[in-house]
Amino acid sequence: MTAPAPAEVLRIEGLTVSLKATGQPTVADLSLAVRAGETLCVVGESGSGKSVTSLAVMGLLDPAALAVTAGRITVDGEDVLAASPEQLRRMRATRMSMVFQEPMTALNPVETVGAQVEEVLKVHGIGDAAARRRQVLEMFASVHLPNPERIHASYPHQLSGGQRQRIVISMALILRPKLLIADEPTTALDVTTQRQILLLIRELQERFGTAVLFITHDFGVVSEIADRIVVMNRGRMVEIGSRDDVLARPSQSYTRMLVASVPSLVPPERAPGGGSEVLTVAGLAKSYGQTRGLGGILRRKAGVAALHPTDMRLARGEILGIVGESGSGKTTLARCIMRLVPPSSGSIRLDGTEIAGLSNAALRPHRRRLQIVFQDPFRSLNARMRVRDLIAEGPLNFGVSREAAYARAGELLERVGLSREMLGRFPHQFSGGQRQRIAIARALALEPDVLVADESVSALDVSVQSQVLALLRGICDESGVGILFITHDLRVAAQICDRIAVMRRGEVVETGTAAAVLAAPTHPYTRELIAAAPGRGWNFAEFRAEPQAAAL
Amino acid sequence: MLGYLARRVAMTLPVMGVVALIVFALLHLAPGDPASIMAGDAASPAELAEIRARLGLDAPLAVQFVTWLGQILQGNLGLSLHSHKPVAEMIGSRLGPTLSLAVATVTVSLLVAIPMGVYAAWRRGRLSDRLVMAVAVLGFSTPVFVVGYGLIYLLSLKAGWFPVQGFTALTIDPIRFLRTATLPTLTLSTVYIALVARITRSSVLEVLGEDFVRTARAKGVPEARIVLRHALRNAAVPIVTVVGSGAAFLIGGVVVTESVFNIPGLGRLVVESVLARDYPLIQSLILLLSLVYILINLAVDVLYTVFDPRIRY
Repeated sequence: MTAPAPAEVLRIEGLTVSLKATGQPTVADLSLAVRAGETLCVVGESGSGKSVTSLAVMGLLDPAALAVTAGRITVDGEDVLAASPEQLRRMRATRMSMVFQEPMTALNPVETVGAQVEEVLKVHGIGDAAARRRQVLEMFASVHLPNPERIHASYPHQLSGGQRQRIVISMALILRPKLLIADEPTTALDVTTQRQILLLIRELQERFGTAVLFITHDFGVVSEIADRIVVMNRGRMVEIGSRDDVLARPSQSYTRMLVASVPSLVPPERAPGGGSEVLTVAGLAKSYGQTRGLGGILRRKAGVAALHPTDMRLARGEILGIVGESGSGKTTLARCIMRLVPPSSGSIRLDGTEIAGLSNAALRPHRRRLQIVFQDPFRSLNARMRVRDLIAEGPLNFGVSREAAYARAGELLERVGLSREMLGRFPHQFSGGQRQRIAIARALALEPDVLVADESVSALDVSVQSQVLALLRGICDESGVGILFITHDLRVAAQICDRIAVMRRGEVVETGTAAAVLAAPTHPYTRELIAAAPGRGWNFAEFRAEPQAAAL
Repeated sequence: MLGYLARRVAMTLPVMGVVALIVFALLHLAPGDPASIMAGDAASPAELAEIRARLGLDAPLAVQFVTWLGQILQGNLGLSLHSHKPVAEMIGSRLGPTLSLAVATVTVSLLVAIPMGVYAAWRRGRLSDRLVMAVAVLGFSTPVFVVGYGLIYLLSLKAGWFPVQGFTALTIDPIRFLRTATLPTLTLSTVYIALVARITRSSVLEVLGEDFVRTARAKGVPEARIVLRHALRNAAVPIVTVVGSGAAFLIGGVVVTESVFNIPGLGRLVVESVLARDYPLIQSLILLLSLVYILINLAVDVLYTVFDPRIRY
């Protein structure tokens, strides 16, 4: 160790950010530093204060809601908190930059992406129009965008999520800032795209010697890119250390709990269970018609196939995982089976009854037997209804007496791990995990034969996620309900599913037991998906590196 | 784009057809038949029969409709019952004042309202924002005739800057046009400015909360440029919607304003024709105003695609 340590690019000392309304701190007494060329990962669950920290560094806190009440932030030697608005504006993009989570909304929808990246140069007074354009095209080539000229003239909606994130990264790095803050930059992307973006950030970081403050909730990503890790909880730093120290030898129980909650890609041993077949899908297909011509009245064009003819079987007491990236047709499949959208063709047999072709009226008695739990627990419950009524609404519709339905609602609430006393509350009085439990109770109230869980744990923090997964597994084993579990997350699928079907572009490419699909995938796409799953080089449950799997 | 435009124009034709049908039916739904309306209460049966024959009222309704439509398409809008002059001529002579008043109003309103709304959004929550919005509420809730007489009292009678009444066409004397058109334009603009300023403020505010505005700040874009370049264009679609529907509502204000300032325009012709039950004139005016509504709608739809590249039909 003779080489001098690289210069500190970002230094945060004793930072406290408080809510203006109550004075309550959302970040308290935080100190950390990032050196040139280093990646510091800030990990924490929702509400840990990691995003607030990053916005404070950029000077982008909402002045109406939040204020820095103590501490010091220096970027490249310059005091951010003491800078005037104009100084701060000049520092942005030149010394410090930020990449955001949601590439769909981070770009102005009504301007070409080329103009938006050129704007960075323009507002910092660099070059003439021709030089700026050249520099942007070069940058697009550096972030490996195909056909930079065409991309330059494109609007955001004409690009894929991965391409948009490359645009945002171009924007952030075109002036070679010393510090890049990446706030969950890959969370909204598919795993294969995520992998490419992580590789790109690393490549540019090495080329430009950028210090990266990488904010994420995903320990898989952390294990691949972090030099050092900061763990945050409720606005406070829990632990800071090198990647190996924090992941292999966490000193705090909170860190241990977080790391151990990361679901493993290796399915647990499970007895081959499953009873009689409850759902049989044959040749189920869905295409969406595209209409053009006089207001869509006259001509009808051939449709886009969202789901190619698909076969599928689900047994009682079985959890069948449907895994795929966005646009793979997994949600279309689930919605067709639920008859939330009418299938174009094919058969759905629910316990021997054909429901694919039933009219809405004839379908109604069967609706009870198919229930769904949605992804976003914040939007899937009616905010104006009490929990008691949310759960009892279904049974009441099917003629159960009010007393019986309410009594059952109490039992169900206890079954999903909440207390009977909470029946009179409204959804906003619960956390995300609790709301998802309520959504599960609501679905179970009708004693369905088949439960569809559409990304039901994707919006939850890892520690909560593992609890909800355990709950679903328990319910399945106990009541014998068949569960169609839709997810993009192979780790989650590995932990809960008996069998897994892998979908791509509206087709099932591979089906098998979870162990078989994950350990010995036969389809190249499945292999690609597994290879892209972040954190394969790490066994989180046992706090050690997994040498056989290649790291990023 | 051209294909879209052609399709949209083609789509207005059936709408106009339906409007024509309703307008035609209007005359036949009115109490008594058109002949007795035209002839008046004192007409003898012989006179009535003569009118019926002359108007072709003894033919089947469908034939009457087609004949009537054919005449309109040739520009023959019929004769006024009251003045016995050709309706087309009457409308033509009233078009100029109303058109110039409407164009002046929309122009002035947009020039005032959009900067007002943008400024209020930019200074949200501050005193200047609240002042601007208070003015807007006041403008929105004051009746047009109150504004009109108020302006006349202050600027004509007291200050003596403008004539109290009357109208001179732009083509006849531009200076006199400005003197006579200023007060009516201001009167008509008040509601419109209030409406557009408020929607501009709220749309711009909404856009300022979007993620891409945060991105723009993160790349060091100055605040003024964020508001004018990023927020305003994204706010354009709701603003254009309100500008369009507001322009349609202007027609009501035109009637009052023309009466207050004694301007010989379409608004007053509407009132006169209704009071005189001059059915051929009413029919033509309804057709004309419907056409204006449809054209405004068309313009709004086309403007959407100009401001938002995601909107492609």
